Amino acid sequence: MSKAKPKTTKKSKLKKKSTKFVSSDLLSYYREMLLIRRFEEKAGQMYGMGLIAGFCHLYIGQEAVVVGMQACIGDGDQVITGYRDHGHMLVLGMEARGVMAELTGRIGGYSRGKGGSMHMFSTEKNFYGGHGIVGAQVSLGTGLAFANSYRQNDRVSLAYFGDGASNQGQVYESFNMAKLWDLPVIYVIENNQYAMGTAIERSSSETQLHKRGASFGIPGVEVDGMDVLAVREAGEMAVKHARAGNGPIILEMKTYRYRGHSMSDPAKYRSREEVNEVRSNSDPIEHVKGLLLANDFADEAALKAIDKEIREVVNDAADFAKDSPEPPVSDLLTDVLA
Amino acid sequence: MAVEILMPALSPTMEEGTLSKWLVKEGDTIVSGDILAEIETDKATMEIESVDEGVLSKILVAGGTDNVKVNQVIAILLEDGDDENAEPVKEAIVSQETVPENNIVEEEAENIESMTPVAIEIDVPAGTKMVPTTIRDALRDAMAEEMRRDDDVFLMGEEVAQYEGAYKVSREMLDEFGARRVIDTPITEHGFAGLGVGAAFAGLKPIIEFMTFNFAMQAIDHIINSAAKTRYMSGGQMSCPIVFRGPNGAASRVGAQHSQDYAPWYGHVPGLIVLAPYDAADAKGLLKAAIRDPNPVVFLEHELMYGEVSDVPEMDDWLVPIGKALVRREGTDATITAHSRMVGFSLQAAEILAKEGISVEVIDLRTIRPLDEETILASVRKTNRLVTVEESWGRMGVGAEVAAMVTEGAFDYLDAPPKRVHQVEAPLAYAANLEALAMPSPERIAQAVRDVCYV
Repeated sequence: MSKAKPKTTKKSKLKKKSTKFVSSDLLSYYREMLLIRRFEEKAGQMYGMGLIAGFCHLYIGQEAVVVGMQACIGDGDQVITGYRDHGHMLVLGMEARGVMAELTGRIGGYSRGKGGSMHMFSTEKNFYGGHGIVGAQVSLGTGLAFANSYRQNDRVSLAYFGDGASNQGQVYESFNMAKLWDLPVIYVIENNQYAMGTAIERSSSETQLHKRGASFGIPGVEVDGMDVLAVREAGEMAVKHARAGNGPIILEMKTYRYRGHSMSDPAKYRSREEVNEVRSNSDPIEHVKGLLLANDFADEAALKAIDKEIREVVNDAADFAKDSPEPPVSDLLTDVLA
Repeated sequence: MAVEILMPALSPTMEEGTLSKWLVKEGDTIVSGDILAEIETDKATMEIESVDEGVLSKILVAGGTDNVKVNQVIAILLEDGDDENAEPVKEAIVSQETVPENNIVEEEAENIESMTPVAIEIDVPAGTKMVPTTIRDALRDAMAEEMRRDDDVFLMGEEVAQYEGAYKVSREMLDEFGARRVIDTPITEHGFAGLGVGAAFAGLKPIIEFMTFNFAMQAIDHIINSAAKTRYMSGGQMSCPIVFRGPNGAASRVGAQHSQDYAPWYGHVPGLIVLAPYDAADAKGLLKAAIRDPNPVVFLEHELMYGEVSDVPEMDDWLVPIGKALVRREGTDATITAHSRMVGFSLQAAEILAKEGISVEVIDLRTIRPLDEETILASVRKTNRLVTVEESWGRMGVGAEVAAMVTEGAFDYLDAPPKRVHQVEAPLAYAANLEALAMPSPERIAQAVRDVCYV
């Protein structure tokens, strides 16, 4: 069971230093994490009602990772990830309505209903997907960084992938080129400790994934991915590193997903107790809530008000996603070619 | 006994080369392993070493000579006790990369050269100068022109920069455009194909060269799942303006893993454009069109045709439209469809058949996807008979698709079932006789036409 603990005992140095925060930051992280949590809970519910079909990978438990990283990037920086992508889109400012309507396969979705949970994009928000092939986003994200380097601007790209993807060959092909050409890419490994149903110890000869760049000369840092402030601090360092032209860097976020790999996952590979332990002791939202209350940045009533507001956003998105029509038949053969 | 040193074949496709420089002189004593000369082939400059020992008695081809045919005597070596007037023994020089030549394929390659390209249907203004150009240079010119025109276009692949391309297609491009835009990659097809697609998502226009399309199988996930599908999956938001190009098809005597025509593989996929030019004008005009196209394009060149010469119109902007087949030879008795090198074979078959009184129309598909159905159907409605030709396997092949399309679209016009000519259903053999037996030949194509004409 100890393997499941997202490093509550072995905190990184970054975590220890992460004490600087202001109330407005903390409140917005709380709000963003809660939006993802409530959105995903609603998606899970709608899946159960048959409104969402196919694959649907929920981000519950991992919220601190994208919220902390989002705080470190700016306009024009690019984000790409795999199939567990709802949280990434919401923190980038993509509309909850559009994301949910894509989940229901409706015209109001970001891909007009043609992509689904794993395939959404927003050129406006610099979100490049949403990719269903494990590891593909690492090469693609390296290509986004290549484009920044080619254009000689100071943008960086964030390529998110999981502990499972980190065993794909193309990850290392990308690492090699990224360092060879010092491309401004930040590899964010969301190590939630299970590649679908396979625990990291059963799939990885080296389980400390931040060391995986060592033979390419890429620095790597282990980060408590359940602590949004630790994530932010590591993220700021990494973005600065990449933006300054020092090439790629790896951040291994030790995190945990509470739900199954996908909706149809019975999760027999881990115990209910293991999940509950992380939930009770390391929940990223409870952590921030505790800080807000302890520092008198907010009281229970204020937090309840935020909660209510988020629920309204999510319910509105769900209603929109239910009411939005299916794509017209005339869409069947559009957008195959330009 | 005197030994004749012959011009060696240093690659499977080499027919002639430049003897750049002798590194020994007449009268020198040579021991086995000595470097004798530098030879420039169609792909690279290589040093050749001696296998025999003795005294170099005569240099017959001076350093700096171009177009020295393979197997031409370039020097005479006298072994101990030789009389200078003794009858020499032929001895090819061996280099580290010497590959046995393949007489059968070379013979066929020569036949291709005798083909007469037919006028292109696009308007070339009267008086336009036609410049005999190799396909290799036509491709290079296309890339260079587009790179001069648009800074977003860049070339990336294995050996494209300093080495100037494994087949010398990117000759002088590094010098002109610099290392920012002509980029040598590690041997990492999956990775750099994905990197290229990511760069295209970000708005650049990459040209990704595969050293051969056989290696692109390592990258096919990005070509199909990332490049071809993303526009659709994003509801039209995302664009992927990228060209994947490189040699395709069976080379000569390189074995099964390096010999395959991928036209039907990529031709199967919605979201891709697939091009396979036959002559230099199309190679240039179609590649320029491909680079400007907003869609992902798979551009299939032929390893054995880089050195083929044909006319390219000298124009500021020579573009050939995507999606248009070309009638290379008009005829009335049967239609042959083919692409790439098989167009040449089909034209030869048409010559053979003309002598027998059979008039054949030869259609160069040029674009595999989207297929120019109109041109093919119009031809079959006229000739009433169809033979398809391709290097790939027949099952689920380009010919199968053309035959199905014609059967659906012109069934009432057919006077015979369509016939497919293609590689036999086996991996390509190395042995010269089996390799030749496996592939289409002009005679085999001619026989298929006789069959559909019932003669």
